[in-house]
Amino acid sequence: MMNVLDLIEGLGASITGSLKRLGLLARFFINLLRVIAPMLKRVDLHIKQIYFVGVRSLAITIVSGLFVGMVLAVQGYEVLQRFGSVESLGSLVALSLVRELGPVVAALLFAGRAGSAMTAEIGLMVATEQIAAMDMMAVNPMARVIAPRFVASIIALPILAMIFSTAGIIGSYMVGVELIGIDSGAFWSQMRVSVDFRVDVLNGLYKAIVFGIAVGLLSVFEGYYSAPTAEGVSSATTRTVVISSLTILVLDFVLTVLMFRGLN
Amino acid sequence: MNRSRTNLAVGFFVALGMAAVVFMALKVGNLASFDSSEGYQLEARFDNIGGLKVRAPVKSAGVVVGRVEAIYLDGETYEGVVQIRIRPQYRFSNDTIASILTSGLLGEQYLSLEAGGDPQYLNDGGRFTKTQSAMVLEKLIAQFLYSKASEGSGDRK
Amino acid sequence: MSSQPLIELTDVRFGYGERPVLDGFHLSVPKGQIVAVMGGSGGGKTSLLSLISGRNTAWSGEVNIDGHNMSGLSPKKLYALRSRMGMLFQFGALFTDMSVYDNIAFPYREKTDLPEPIIRDLVLMKLQAVGLRGAAHFMPHELSGGMARRVALARAIALDPMLMMYDEPFTGLDPISVGVVAQLIRKLNQTFGLTSIIVTHDLTESLRIADRVVIISQGKVYRDLSPQEVRESQDSFIRQFADGLPDGPVPFHHVARPYAEQLLSEL
Repeated sequence: MMNVLDLIEGLGASITGSLKRLGLLARFFINLLRVIAPMLKRVDLHIKQIYFVGVRSLAITIVSGLFVGMVLAVQGYEVLQRFGSVESLGSLVALSLVRELGPVVAALLFAGRAGSAMTAEIGLMVATEQIAAMDMMAVNPMARVIAPRFVASIIALPILAMIFSTAGIIGSYMVGVELIGIDSGAFWSQMRVSVDFRVDVLNGLYKAIVFGIAVGLLSVFEGYYSAPTAEGVSSATTRTVVISSLTILVLDFVLTVLMFRGLN
Repeated sequence: MNRSRTNLAVGFFVALGMAAVVFMALKVGNLASFDSSEGYQLEARFDNIGGLKVRAPVKSAGVVVGRVEAIYLDGETYEGVVQIRIRPQYRFSNDTIASILTSGLLGEQYLSLEAGGDPQYLNDGGRFTKTQSAMVLEKLIAQFLYSKASEGSGDRK
Repeated sequence: MSSQPLIELTDVRFGYGERPVLDGFHLSVPKGQIVAVMGGSGGGKTSLLSLISGRNTAWSGEVNIDGHNMSGLSPKKLYALRSRMGMLFQFGALFTDMSVYDNIAFPYREKTDLPEPIIRDLVLMKLQAVGLRGAAHFMPHELSGGMARRVALARAIALDPMLMMYDEPFTGLDPISVGVVAQLIRKLNQTFGLTSIIVTHDLTESLRIADRVVIISQGKVYRDLSPQEVRESQDSFIRQFADGLPDGPVPFHHVARPYAEQLLSEL
């Protein structure tokens, strides 16, 4: 009897805890939105952050993209040849990448590579009182530290997603056309017939922008509210990766339903 | 990290992203697929549209000339109404035949336009008078079986 | 009004969670003084600094800084007031991604429109004041603890504050660095006409530089004495601090039930 009550109480406590955290996140987001606009004229700060989250994630994004494209080509060929339509490989690969894998996998990589780094950096700045020191110098850390990192995520992730998709298509071309021997003309023309720039590519881009907002927000939030200890920073970093990844996948489902529901 | 080198790297990064978008637009995707404001709209009615889908291509002589925009059922006549948008540079005569065909045996279905000889052209909002419904495999098989059956009964007589 | 104190706390009650750390706390500091605030760990010294700097607001009572009531101050006015305060954090809190030079230039670049050549001169002046002009190009991780503390001090005084707060400025430094930092605090206070509050455990050093020693206990000011009075005091609490005795009025043991009873009790 007691155990059941404990269980229910625990459940209630964890729900209130999550709701409180969500409320904190909402308030944080609103405060963040307030300080973004006046900071935008500080271009140098944003460029520095785009360098850290974007340029530094470029290598892993391109390499992952190439390999995902290559695997798609092998697997796709395997299935398509049973139906005698290997020429459709181009359109299969391009649609998968442009609509789904580009934005989603790039965002997951981004959360692991750049999001966690942002959380750790901000967490350490909190732990070593750098944030407090800035606040004491009457410089709003929300504007000076948090906002440029958030904006940089929103700019960098869509670019990375596009690069990922392109790398994937090139990878599938290398395997599908150069290695397996599908006709190059058929590969590209099938792709172009089935991929619509406005519907498929742009919707993929919008997805990546939404993911950039989500990952950027969660990363800076977890860092800003991490406990000022070694464990605090490390658990905040883990939370960034876990929560961001789940959020990306859930958002992807919601966005896919909204964007592509009417099409088929 | 030197500031100018950071700027250079970020500039390169953004340029690479733009190149990817251009690649998507020109090589991968169909940018030429005009948006809904371009071109003009036509309508075709079918007894059966088969598996035709929204955004399916509209082809004439195998060349893509437009896209299917909307499909709905006319509640009074029980005909499937297919609205298509044709690129502005193409004109079709009044007696053009619209038919629903399949590319390959199991491929996607598309709307085929076969131009006629009428000097009058269809204008925006116009309707095809001659249409040919999609082939439905079950019906074809049933037809085939019936004809075989009637042939067989004929032989016996 | 020169008679008006720069810092005035009246009947302040403040704490974290349920438990008040400061309760019925009064303190008044006139301009130009160096006040050393002492007390046991967790005794409310750091809370005092966060109240003065407006990072927290008191539950009740009044905190007046330079005539401004800190509760009900708009964020804008709070920032305006804060740009006239400097704070030296316990471990310096230098921005680890910037060089020493950029750290000190930071307040100028963020808070003023001064052109870069003037900023350069100002930064070099502040670095000269703490004796580290030669370390301008170092990164924070290349500095010793004492040097980092001095750089942080140069950054804290960059905007010529009226009030300086020091949070444990001597902690974790070797004896020579302690002496250097202490003398700097004294010298800066005189040359720039500052008012300083030093939160510290280091009584010997405080007695050398402070005009007043305030000892906090149980949320209140326990004693407010001149250094001379502290040296001569026979008060057991003060002697425990001054002589570093492990047990005394501040007990060695945290509150617990009797030792024997706990050892003999069931698990």
